[in-house]
Amino acid sequence: MGFLAKLFGGGGETSREKAKDRLRIVLIHDRTDISPQLLNDLREDMINVLTKYMDIDHDKIELNLDREDQAVALVANVPILRIKRGSVDVNAN
Amino acid sequence: MSTRVIVITSGKGGVGKTTSTANIAAALAKFGKKVVAVDADVGLRNLDVIMGLENRVVYNFIDVIEKTARLEAALVRDKRVPGLYLLPAAQTRTKDAVNQEQMIELCEQLKNFEVQDEQTGAISHFDFILLDCPAGIESGFKNAAVGADEALVVTTPEIPAVRDADRIIGMLESMGKSPIRLIINRLRPNMVQDGDMLAKEDILDVLAIKLIGIVPEDETVIKSTNNGEPMTLSIASPAAQAYLNIADRLIGNDVPLMDLQAYASRGFMQWLKDLFRGKKRR
Repeated sequence: MGFLAKLFGGGGETSREKAKDRLRIVLIHDRTDISPQLLNDLREDMINVLTKYMDIDHDKIELNLDREDQAVALVANVPILRIKRGSVDVNAN
Repeated sequence: MSTRVIVITSGKGGVGKTTSTANIAAALAKFGKKVVAVDADVGLRNLDVIMGLENRVVYNFIDVIEKTARLEAALVRDKRVPGLYLLPAAQTRTKDAVNQEQMIELCEQLKNFEVQDEQTGAISHFDFILLDCPAGIESGFKNAAVGADEALVVTTPEIPAVRDADRIIGMLESMGKSPIRLIINRLRPNMVQDGDMLAKEDILDVLAIKLIGIVPEDETVIKSTNNGEPMTLSIASPAAQAYLNIADRLIGNDVPLMDLQAYASRGFMQWLKDLFRGKKRR
């Protein structure tokens, strides 16, 4: 923050705070560096598990790493065509 | 005391690896240690220039590895301080000229090298081998790091440098180097105070490694490079003092961090006066 900004009580983030936040986020991403190969394997495994319970639309599955403000999230969007009848929990009835 | 082999590295270029290597090596020698600074940046050699020894380079460590020169012929002794040596890099070769086995062998050779004390004539081994690592994370880095036990990671208070430091720290950890300690270089206390630069705490927060010293931005660094004389040998300046402190901590002494805030608010002359009046060391 410059001298003038300080003098007039200029609010908002200082560039130090901005740098700190950006740095933290960059490092979160760097450290969760997931290769496309790994993401693809994960996708295959997920499909295998999910198809035990439901019919899903393979072509429309979206699997992404979402970079939020402070964290990285794995976001999966899986269109369901039909829940398999056999997968209904019998104990619940 | 057995020889300690320390790699000085950063990932990013231009943050002050070579300057740090030269000044820490000179400071260690000033404290009575026997030190060899090895320029592991094959093809882009610069440690000789920073140390002001470029006119005395005859052979380099590739010559030693390829056995076209003996180690004692390749070592350049710094005449300004007893116990300080340089092993230059080859300028006309590339990083592919060496492999990891050869670097390990070179380090072994250096560890077994017999240094004669200039005053007493007594024979001993090096106390410290400092390896000035090239920038990057490729073979040059791996070659330099493979022979080392410990590491000093140099960064500046900027996002790209800290990010690359994080990457390098991860690689050093997986190579089993310990301890790995951080040097924050070119910090401007005034800017930190004004909220315009990453502070020590900000950097240590994300990197989570031990700090060994902070070197303030200082014009004498450029002057000493111009003159070819490591600051720690001659000049009283904040950066020189910072490097002397780092060397002191490397030896194992408990030296408090410099009061950079005072330096920021009262200026260099006052800082210097305080240094010599109140807290005179050694």
